Amino acid sequence: MDKMPKWADIVLIPLISLLLAAFFSALVILAIGENPIAALKLMVDGALMRSAGWGYTLYYATNFIFTGLAVSVAFHARLFNIGGEGQAMLGGLGVALCCLYVPWPHWSLAILGASVGAALFGALWALIPAYLQAKRGSHIVITTIMFNFIAAAILNYVLVELLRPVGAMDPASAKFPEAVHLPTFQDMFSTEGSKLFRGAPANVTFFLALLACVFVWLLMWRTKLGYQIRAFGHSESGALYAGISPVRITVIAMLISGALAGMMSVNTTMGESERLILNSTEGAGFIGIAVALMGRNHPFGVLLAAILFGFLYQGGAELALWTSIPRELIVVIQALVILFTGALDNMVREPLEKLFIAMRRRNA
Amino acid sequence: MDFLTLLQVLDTSVRLATPLLLACLAGLYSERSGVVDIGLEGKMLAAAFFSAAVAFYSGNAWVGLLAGVGASVALAVIHGLASVTFRGNQLISGVAINFLAAGMTVLVAQSWFRQGGRTPPLEGDARFNPIELPFAIGPTDAAAADRPLSQLIAEAGPLQQFYSELISGHSSLVYLALLTVPFTWWLLFRTRFGLRLRAVGENPAAVDTAGVSVVWLRYAAVLICGVLCGVAGAYLSSALQAGFVKDMTAGRGFIALAALIFAKWRPVYALWACLLFGLFQALELRPDIIENVSGLKVQVQLLGALPYILTVVILAGFVGKAIPPKASAEPYIKER
Repeated sequence: MDKMPKWADIVLIPLISLLLAAFFSALVILAIGENPIAALKLMVDGALMRSAGWGYTLYYATNFIFTGLAVSVAFHARLFNIGGEGQAMLGGLGVALCCLYVPWPHWSLAILGASVGAALFGALWALIPAYLQAKRGSHIVITTIMFNFIAAAILNYVLVELLRPVGAMDPASAKFPEAVHLPTFQDMFSTEGSKLFRGAPANVTFFLALLACVFVWLLMWRTKLGYQIRAFGHSESGALYAGISPVRITVIAMLISGALAGMMSVNTTMGESERLILNSTEGAGFIGIAVALMGRNHPFGVLLAAILFGFLYQGGAELALWTSIPRELIVVIQALVILFTGALDNMVREPLEKLFIAMRRRNA
Repeated sequence: MDFLTLLQVLDTSVRLATPLLLACLAGLYSERSGVVDIGLEGKMLAAAFFSAAVAFYSGNAWVGLLAGVGASVALAVIHGLASVTFRGNQLISGVAINFLAAGMTVLVAQSWFRQGGRTPPLEGDARFNPIELPFAIGPTDAAAADRPLSQLIAEAGPLQQFYSELISGHSSLVYLALLTVPFTWWLLFRTRFGLRLRAVGENPAAVDTAGVSVVWLRYAAVLICGVLCGVAGAYLSSALQAGFVKDMTAGRGFIALAALIFAKWRPVYALWACLLFGLFQALELRPDIIENVSGLKVQVQLLGALPYILTVVILAGFVGKAIPPKASAEPYIKER
C-alpha cells in the first residue's frame, strides 16, 4: 500500500515546496529592504495584466518548456542531464546554419528545417556524454557539466572566427534573411482595431513547444520505448532482466533529451534575435532543472511550471525596471525552488507521510 | 622565450592555481566521505562576496576571510542537511547552492553598495598583500634603490630570479594553500579520522557497524569543505583581485572539480592537476607566448576548454581510469 494518496504526491508536495520557496523569497526581499507584497503586485501587473506582458511570459515559458521536457525525459531514465545549457547552445548553432545557408522559401518550411537542425546538434552534443556513461561508466552529470563549458568555448570560437560578418565588432552571426522571420503573437493575433502583444517576442514556436509536450506524453506513456525508459529508470537490474539494453536506453533517452534542449534555440535564435548571439540561452538550460522538478517530470506539470517561471522571469524584469531589486532575484527564487522541490524533498515528504499514515490508522 | 618570461608565466600560474587548489582540496574531503559536491562554485562565490564586503567595512582582510568562511560554511550546512540528514539528491542540492550564491551575492551587493553587484575596490590592509620572503628582491628593495622592481630582478642571477619572482612575493593564502596539501595527505592517510573518513565514502555500512557515526563523519567532511571553499573565495576577491565582481568565480569551482577527478581524489596529485590547470589559465592570458615558442597560433578558446576536455578524456578512462569513491552520491540509509 502506498504511504499516501496519489494527489498528495502530485499536488500537495509541490505546492508545499513552492510555498516554502515563496516564503523564503519574501524573506530575502524583506531583508534587502523592499516590500514583498508590493513586489509581487508589480510582477503580476507587469507579466499578466497586459497582453504584452503575457507575450514575454509565454516567450520565456517556451524556452523553459523545451529545457524542462529535456531534463524530465532524462530523469525518467534516472539520468541527470545538467547539460541542457550546452545542448541548447549547440542547437542554436544548428538553427543558425540552417537559416543562413539554406534558401528557405517560407517560414513554415524554415521552422521545420531549423527544428531538425537544432534537434540534431543538441542530440549530438548529448550523444557523447551518453555514450561515455553507457559504455565507459563516466558519470553523466560531470561530463555534461564539462560539455557545457566546451560548448561555450566552441560557440565563442565559431562566432568570433567563423560566423562573424567581416567588419562586425560583436561576436554574433549575420542577420538571418527576411524569409525565415517567424510570425510573432503580435503578427498573429492583432486586429485592425486593437494591437495585442505589442513588441513582445512570443512567436509561433510556443505552439511547437506545446506539440513537444504532447509528443513527450505520447512517447513516455503510450509507446514501448517510453515504457522501457521508465522501467530502466525504476530499476536497472529489473530492466536488464526484462531484456532492455541499458546502453540503448541511456543513449536514446539522452538523444531525445538533447534534441529537446537544442530545440529551445528555435525560439531564441530564430524567433527573437534572428541571428546567433553568444549568450542566447541565458541559463534557460538550468531553469529546465527547476521546471522538471516542479512539474514532477510530467509534460503537463512541465507546462505549468514553465509558465510559472516565464511569469517569474518577466516579473523579475519588471522589478529590475521599476525598483532597485536586481534581476538576480529570479536566480534566488529558482535556487529555492530547486532546493525545496529537489534536494530537500524528503524534508516535506516524510512528515506528510507520517501524517497520512496516522490519519489512516484513526479512520480504520 | 627567456628564463624570466618563463618564471613570470609560472608565477601567474601559481597565483591562478591557488583558488583551484583550495576548492579542489575542499571537494576532496567531501567526496572522499561519499558526498558529491558540485556546489564548490557557489560556496566560493558566496565567500568571495562576503569576505570582500566585510573586509571593506572592517579594513581588515582577515576579518573578511572569517566572514567569507562563515558564508561558505552556511551553504555547506544546507548541503549537509539536504544530502546527509534528508538523504536527498546531492547533485540537485549542489545545483541549488550554485544558483543561490549566484543570485544572493548580486542581490546583497546591490542592496549594500548599489554599484551594480560589485563591492568597492579594496585597498591597503583590506587586501591580502604580497609577502616578501627573506633575501628576496621585493618592492622595499626597489624603493630603497629608487629603481623599478622589474629592473632589479632582471639584473639578478638566475637563482635569485627564481627565488624572488616565483617563490617570494605571494600573499599568505598562497603559502597556506600549498601547506594544506601535505596536511590533507597526513590527515587522510595517517590519522584515525582520515581512515574513517575514507571508509565512510567507500562502505558506510561497515563504518556504521564499527560503531562510528556516518552522519557525524559526513558532516565533518562537508564542513571542512565549506571552510576551504571559503578561503578560496576570500583569496579570489581580496588577494587575487581587489574586490568582488558579479560571477567572479567564472567556472573555477568546476575546474576544481575537474582537477579533483584528474587527480583521482588524491591530495598530492591534486596539487599537480591544479598547477597544470593554473598554467592553462595563465597561458590563456598570454597567448603570444605560445605563439613565440611553438610558432603555432593557438586558439585561446581551446586553452580555456582544455581542463574540461582533459577531464572528459580521463573520466572516459582512455588515459588511466578515474574511479570515484564507491559510495559517492549515495545517501546512507540505516537498518534496511
